[in-house]
Amino acid sequence: MGEIVRLSEETAYIQCYEVTSGIRPGEPVIDTGTPLVAELGPGIMSTIVDGVQRSETRLWELTGPFVTRGTNIIPLDREKAWPFKAKVKAGDKVVGGDILGIVQETPSFEHRVMVPPDKTGTIKSIKSGEFKVEEIIGELETAEGVVDLRMMQTWPVRHSRPIEEKLPLEKPLITGQRVIDTFFPVAKGGACAIPGGFGTGKTVTLQQISKWSDADVIILIGCGERGNEMADVVTHFPQLEDPKSGRRLMERTVIVANVSNMPVSAREASIYMGVTLAEFYRDMGYDVAVMADSTSRWAEALRDISGRLEEIPAEAGFPAYLSDRIAQIYERAGRIVTLGSERRVGSVTILGAVSPPGGDFSEPVTTHTLRYIGTFWALDAELAYRRHFPAINWLRSFTRYMDIASRWWSQLDPAWEGVRAQALRLLGEASEIEETARIIGEKALPDEQRLILLLAEMLREGFLMQNAYHEVDTYCEAEKQAALMKVIIDFYDHVEPLIRKGIPIEKVRDMGVVTELLRLKERKGLEPIEEVRGLMREQTDQLAKEYEVAV
Amino acid sequence: MTIEEAGLIYRTTSEIRGPILMVEGIKDVSYDELVRIRRSTGEEVTGSVLDVSRDWAMVQCFGDTSGMDLNVTIRFTGEALKIPISEELIGRVFSGSFKPLDHMPAPLSTDLRDVNGGTINPAARDVPSEFIQTGLSAIDGMNSLVRGQKLPIFSESGLSHNMMAAQIARQATIPGREEEFAIVFGAMGIKNEEAEFFREEFEKTGALSKSVMILNLANDPPIERIVTPRITQTIAEYLAFDLGMHVLVILTDMTNYAEALRTISIAREEIPTRKGYPGYLYSDLATIYERAGRIQGRPGSVTLMPILTMPAGDMTHPVPDLTGYITEGQLILQRELALRGIYPPMNPLPSLSRLMKDGIGAETTREDHADVANQLYLAYGEGTRARGLVRIVGEVGLSERERTWLRFAERFENEFVKQGPYENRSIEQTLDIAWNLLSMLPEDDLIRVRESYIKKYHPAYKSER
Repeated sequence: MGEIVRLSEETAYIQCYEVTSGIRPGEPVIDTGTPLVAELGPGIMSTIVDGVQRSETRLWELTGPFVTRGTNIIPLDREKAWPFKAKVKAGDKVVGGDILGIVQETPSFEHRVMVPPDKTGTIKSIKSGEFKVEEIIGELETAEGVVDLRMMQTWPVRHSRPIEEKLPLEKPLITGQRVIDTFFPVAKGGACAIPGGFGTGKTVTLQQISKWSDADVIILIGCGERGNEMADVVTHFPQLEDPKSGRRLMERTVIVANVSNMPVSAREASIYMGVTLAEFYRDMGYDVAVMADSTSRWAEALRDISGRLEEIPAEAGFPAYLSDRIAQIYERAGRIVTLGSERRVGSVTILGAVSPPGGDFSEPVTTHTLRYIGTFWALDAELAYRRHFPAINWLRSFTRYMDIASRWWSQLDPAWEGVRAQALRLLGEASEIEETARIIGEKALPDEQRLILLLAEMLREGFLMQNAYHEVDTYCEAEKQAALMKVIIDFYDHVEPLIRKGIPIEKVRDMGVVTELLRLKERKGLEPIEEVRGLMREQTDQLAKEYEVAV
Repeated sequence: MTIEEAGLIYRTTSEIRGPILMVEGIKDVSYDELVRIRRSTGEEVTGSVLDVSRDWAMVQCFGDTSGMDLNVTIRFTGEALKIPISEELIGRVFSGSFKPLDHMPAPLSTDLRDVNGGTINPAARDVPSEFIQTGLSAIDGMNSLVRGQKLPIFSESGLSHNMMAAQIARQATIPGREEEFAIVFGAMGIKNEEAEFFREEFEKTGALSKSVMILNLANDPPIERIVTPRITQTIAEYLAFDLGMHVLVILTDMTNYAEALRTISIAREEIPTRKGYPGYLYSDLATIYERAGRIQGRPGSVTLMPILTMPAGDMTHPVPDLTGYITEGQLILQRELALRGIYPPMNPLPSLSRLMKDGIGAETTREDHADVANQLYLAYGEGTRARGLVRIVGEVGLSERERTWLRFAERFENEFVKQGPYENRSIEQTLDIAWNLLSMLPEDDLIRVRESYIKKYHPAYKSER
């Protein structure tokens, strides 16, 4: 299978999605007359497909554990029957995007069958019951005549699906990861880039978000990445529970896996394939999150093809249109009103990992990506070396969705905004003080400054750092995030006057409550936080008393 | 020459440019097919088709092209490079292009395998999760290796990576099961004495009878290195997935391989990216590295340990950089540690094993393993920071706490990382050393270890019981 990438009067240049060794001049080429399309309908959820939507599980059954060339697999299973429940009746007027009925695709996912975007008319007939994807479920009377309705539709992957209108973003995507939700949130419908050198934890971060975020549907695109990582997802996701619904995570996940030793051109297609699937679910009215790991491999595929077409390269060998292509992808994110007569809202959030060569953020893919995204999580090798994960650098990352997030958090806790600002301020100050400490040593600093260092350390260890493999710490609900940050900042407010009175910092550090505070993240729920808050009052009061006595 | 192996013969070479030959007036040649090039002296070398058009083909020659004239005979064989595969390969030594080097006849088999292999379907992969005990604390304790993982050693010229690789090959075992690994060793452009070192090491421990060696040495044709790792991996795949053996593959030195790839790329006049390497270096390395792993329903495994020397110790150089993006972690050797007399000179901080989490824990190693490793990272990190500080403010300028970190770092390097080249530590020993070191820190500083594990494993409580 291949696709035409350049056409001149007599010559077509085709990129081939499969291995080309052994192909020789004179081989027959068959034109299908259609662009690369995605088949959309029930049967996609919980599957693992390659860049051109072939089911890898089917491929395995047919050809064994090694991928062979030329195996033709139709994306949607034509033989499986789905229980379809009609939601419209004969005589109803419908427009493109209206919901005809539903199919319970997985126990937790309701698949909504829609009128194809370009069709409008009156329902002539519709049936409920068991249907295969290609079978006729009803008929639609349109201006051009009667059209058969089926559960399956197709869509060219390189075009975005039509919408009614784009909406301003409203809510943050809650991921259960403290540094993300509290400091650098991404909005539902927003775009986010996560660049970092190898070993800084891009993949684990994206996997954590696909596990715990409150999106309805997750599309995980493994683009030119490791085969074992995909195996890891396929093995572990079916065992993990969604904290919201209690259902298996795999029931809301689709994996597009085009690993690094599969043909490069299919990598290029895999991102478009994933985003098209996301738009399809968005049109049903769901919040969809797309994880693209990694967009650099996709860009490299572009470069490879561009080089073979002998185009004049721009920066680092990448084609001049790299920036446009990146923009096209991230612009498919958004919160929208879908087509259809009832007002339905859905969103696509795109999170793209970037793998900059040598961890250098000034390379073309990172710099161009930064122009089109709203949240930037800068992964830091220094943090990763100390096993501070997620290794998101709090001084270099940014988010443009802060006002949206603030509104949401303030409903949860009115004091939140102030506490967050103070935490960020302390972290910023601490890094400046550290610069000084590096020259004169920590011991030579005044105790006020050493307290800020202590607090930054507590925020780092007790809040920012989160262990993805700890049974409790892996997911931190919003209420606990707010309370945890607050109790650490309260600690600062409590001891700061003591330090000013001249109580040595060592005394403060030696208080048992410091360790208790750091261990709070490992304990379930909110009660331990209140317990420790009590302990904190006790111990600081006692320290103050001791000091007064001594004076 | 029999008629069957005749194929299509041409004497129409129009240009020889370094390792690349242009052949004209050809018909029916396919992309990537194997070519045999015969000089007028009768000497034959192999090559493969890089580019093909209706009437010309570009051929890369895996042998030496110096002294070659345009009168060479070019035979297109019609198929990709294949090697005969059988159990008889075990214990043998071959050249980088699969010619016997052990004075034994060339292997025969009806089972011919394409050296390029296939792609393991990601859905068919099994998650690597069996802990391999290498007997080296720096690896087992903090960057554990698991069966089916690809974990490279990033080294520099002159460091003891060979000694370390040989030690791993010798000692690697699954605790409690005492199964040995079969070793497939692929050398690309290493010195004869290095190859001899490995051969002797394997011989000494009897591992040679369970190994296959593919040797392309420094004075062998560089372009041959393009096929050497592929032959190595093809044999490894056969031993693992057909015969059900657990295979450890050592490939050294991948930097030499990448240089051969660059030579070809430049001769083809492709657009270079960083340091002259072609843009497809990542994808090309992936076709070698990704052949490691496990497959569901097949008993064997391929564990891959490539060794590469970082030019001038630069980790951002394209070869280590792209390797790190493909492999599941990296072990980093540093000259600074070697100079202080520490063997293995491995710095655990920038080293990483991504699959460690699946391989360790109560069932395979010990329940406290992950927490202890995390705590060691934190403590050693703080220790190295304190060491940096000492250079500026002197030890007197440090706080009491910083001085403890500093002492910890010293002891950590000398007691935990450092060990003898023939010292084989069990995972229990490794963890006990770790606890011994951690006990010099105040208990309140052990925040990365669960309280219940402190109560159970901390020497202070242990002696109480």
